[in-house]
Amino acid sequence: MLQKVLSYSKADECEVNLFGEERGNIRYARNEVSTSGSTIDQGIAVQSAFGKKVGVATINEFDEASLEKVVRRSEELARLAPENPEYIGLLGPQTYLKTAGYFESTAKVTPETRADAVVKSLELTRKQNLTGAGFMDDRHGFSALLNSKGLFAYYPSTDVNFSLTVRTPDGTGSGYVTRGYSDVSKLDTVSATQVAIQKAMGSVGARALEPGKYTVILEPTAATVLLENIFWNLDARSADEGRSFLSKMGGKTKLGDKIVDERVTIYSDPTHPDLPASPWSSDGLPQEKTAWIEKGVVKNMAYSRYWAQKKGVKAVPAPNNVIMAGGTASLDEMIKSTQRGILVTKLWYIRSVDPQTLLLTGLTRDGTFYIENGKIKHPVKNFRFNESPIIMLNNLEMLGKPERVVSTESTNNYLIPPMKIREFTFSSLSDAV
Amino acid sequence: MLPKFVTAGTPMSGRFVDAEALLEPGLDVSVKKRLADAGLNAAKAKGASYADVRIGRYLNQFVITREDKVQNIVNTESYGVGIRVIANGCWGFSAVADARNEADVAKAAERAVAIAKANARLVKEPVQLAPQKGFGEVSWKTPITKNGFEVPVKEKVDLLMSVNGAALKNGANFVNSVLFMVNEQKYFASTDGSYIDQDVHRIWPNFTITAIDPKTGKFQTRNSLSAPVGMSYDYLQTSPGDKVTGVTTRYNQGYDMLEDAIAGAKQAKEKLNAKSVEAGKYDLILDPSHTWLTIHESVGHPLELDRVLGYEANFAGTSFATLDKWKSKNFNYGSKEVNFFADKVQPGSLGAVGWDDEGVKTKQWDLVKDGVLVNYQAIRDQVHIIGENESQGCCYADSWGTVQFQRMANVSLAPGKQKLSVQDMIKDVKKGIYIIGDGSFSIDQQRYNFQFGGQLFYEIKDGQIAGMLKDVAYQSNTQEFWNSCVAVCDESDYRLGGSFFDGKGQPSQSSAVSHGSSTARFNGVNVINTARKI
Repeated sequence: MLQKVLSYSKADECEVNLFGEERGNIRYARNEVSTSGSTIDQGIAVQSAFGKKVGVATINEFDEASLEKVVRRSEELARLAPENPEYIGLLGPQTYLKTAGYFESTAKVTPETRADAVVKSLELTRKQNLTGAGFMDDRHGFSALLNSKGLFAYYPSTDVNFSLTVRTPDGTGSGYVTRGYSDVSKLDTVSATQVAIQKAMGSVGARALEPGKYTVILEPTAATVLLENIFWNLDARSADEGRSFLSKMGGKTKLGDKIVDERVTIYSDPTHPDLPASPWSSDGLPQEKTAWIEKGVVKNMAYSRYWAQKKGVKAVPAPNNVIMAGGTASLDEMIKSTQRGILVTKLWYIRSVDPQTLLLTGLTRDGTFYIENGKIKHPVKNFRFNESPIIMLNNLEMLGKPERVVSTESTNNYLIPPMKIREFTFSSLSDAV
Repeated sequence: MLPKFVTAGTPMSGRFVDAEALLEPGLDVSVKKRLADAGLNAAKAKGASYADVRIGRYLNQFVITREDKVQNIVNTESYGVGIRVIANGCWGFSAVADARNEADVAKAAERAVAIAKANARLVKEPVQLAPQKGFGEVSWKTPITKNGFEVPVKEKVDLLMSVNGAALKNGANFVNSVLFMVNEQKYFASTDGSYIDQDVHRIWPNFTITAIDPKTGKFQTRNSLSAPVGMSYDYLQTSPGDKVTGVTTRYNQGYDMLEDAIAGAKQAKEKLNAKSVEAGKYDLILDPSHTWLTIHESVGHPLELDRVLGYEANFAGTSFATLDKWKSKNFNYGSKEVNFFADKVQPGSLGAVGWDDEGVKTKQWDLVKDGVLVNYQAIRDQVHIIGENESQGCCYADSWGTVQFQRMANVSLAPGKQKLSVQDMIKDVKKGIYIIGDGSFSIDQQRYNFQFGGQLFYEIKDGQIAGMLKDVAYQSNTQEFWNSCVAVCDESDYRLGGSFFDGKGQPSQSSAVSHGSSTARFNGVNVINTARKI
């Protein structure tokens, strides 16, 4: 079909994107299913270019007349468009890594299997007289790209995300869990529900601690929402322009500088078996294993094809997945090694305060605990923090084993280790449970 | 909750079309009625006790630029039909894209009934729907004088290029500007006997200006002081009466984008050398271009009844404003100066429509009266919980393909009853900060503890503006904060702010909402310094 679409093109350059996906979800609250739904979506986007004049049109009908119509429409739009000086033409054929992100198990999820997964979770919360509110969302689909220079790319993938908040009936305890997989057969809603139940019951009777600087142990769910603000700000152009945390005095960037503790290594790898990702970017650039921060040093920034050409360097696409290498410590060992500290299991409403320093604010939520002499002593009331993930990674004490986590802010999946950090800044207390 | 990147201009879903397609009329109202009846009849025939059909055509246009370049012009169109039913006491919903004939709509209605019946086995409490009379065949349109979709794209590009040029000429290093226009053509029909045709317009011109000091490597930004509004291109035609002068010019029903960009470039540069705030307690004077966001987070959200009841516990959270506080009739949400009202009717507001997405005529009602919590925001299947038998009319779906649910109405701080100007308000402040524009924001999941930044901060010393500050954010607790409100300026200063992108639900839906206020004073608020070194 892609070739047929391309055959209608009369433009200097033409690129055709085809995507298709089916999503299903089920939502529950107050121990009852509240909504469920499914959507099927598919479409073709055609980009035509005459010189540097570019137009895009899409359609979700696939008969021959519609396919020709969408090509003509993109050509009309291109002719009408102002010149885009940053358009640098299409890529030729590329070689891509092999990645395995498609699982039949996930593609075969039905409303019944979705409901069964949720019923198992609900049975546990109901039995313990707790209140469950959760969401399961699964997706299978593909994307494909063909252009007039002979580039072809195809990637099928599947994902499932599950999240659950369990609260005590009096509202004094709350616990959370989230799980993300490519292969739904790995999703165990029973064991996940038990984690949330344990946190909900364990967080009852929270005591207030004075805000201030504390040693914290961040579970991966908590660490992720801070770290992804680094991942989203790796763009070389912003750094070169002087408006990024990677910019420095005199119009220079921090490429090659050590910016965090030497135990910190952050990379992307679309072939990672625990976090498979598309081996190509939306513009067709191959995704390779790329170190962004290696042993604390900025190794790479993301260069768009335009910016790379302007700067005379190799284009590096922004990552399709992100992995932070870990250490060997278990969560238990981290707790045991802590004289006085706080275990943070989840953070909430993370927003940028200062893009220059990546200063973020947000709050702890759904289970925060005081550690004394190597043991969890009691739950504590939630804190607001003001902290930069860069400062935090300079104050690194220990790293655990990376695990696949779902960001509670973006729903992106990452591989992130638990980590122990000294002098993490809590600035005020919250009464929220 | 609001997204991280509000000026990104991310295109909403929908197919890309050319600009002319945005002007094509949608289906004739008689065709829409025929399609709707097919859905309603099919649902009833399959055993639904209630059904509503929404036929929606959603049009967006984005013109996105930076400096001297047009980055993208995006036109999208999305059309389809969503059907919601009650069968066996349970809701069911199904939607179909591009439905042009009765059979497509009837099939979707049957699917909705089947889903309702399947889920009924999992539900213990049957839906209780507040009664609603039918309105027959009626219509409503945003009162606009100039439809932005009719303005040639070139004119819009020229406007943004002149804005960018003026910013660069006045000291900006970078400028990103966006013109974002929305038209929702919505037809609603229900088994109550309503056939409601509505044509809703919104517009949001905005920019971000960046100034850089290459010597220090520091940068500062200044966002536009525009508001997204329930208007169209008429918002960009200003008269002197739309401008509020003072330390900087702010805007009411008309926005002078060029003038604001010139001021913005100068202020972004001024921010680079502004004094870094000393942390401590200050009296805050908050401009409506700032206060809307604090109202949104600390009043709008906690007073959504579904949150109070726990339906949003897994994502957006619950609320501190529990039913017992409301029942006590003496919960002091704020000081006596504080009156909040909700509405879906204010002219120029993002929430303004004739009827909501479940066929309820829109209105205005009180949430907090003389400081005391008196009501919530609730829709047809919730109002019985607060002892009312009529919905407040704040049900909304962001597309034909998503199910409607309770969304925030416009929630606004009523102007003060005594005559009071901003100048007179500042005159009495010994140690304070005057904040204009919205900035960083964050609040906990029950809406107690919050932190807000802003665009422009001016130090007030002994009743006088003493210069610009930077690195300012304030932290407080909702009840403590609104109880520290000692004065609200009169209605001559009343203005709307708002957001196109209030997110709620799983999967998340976006809703546009406005919040009005006059400048208000809050005593003894905790201000922190946000400067760090990395």
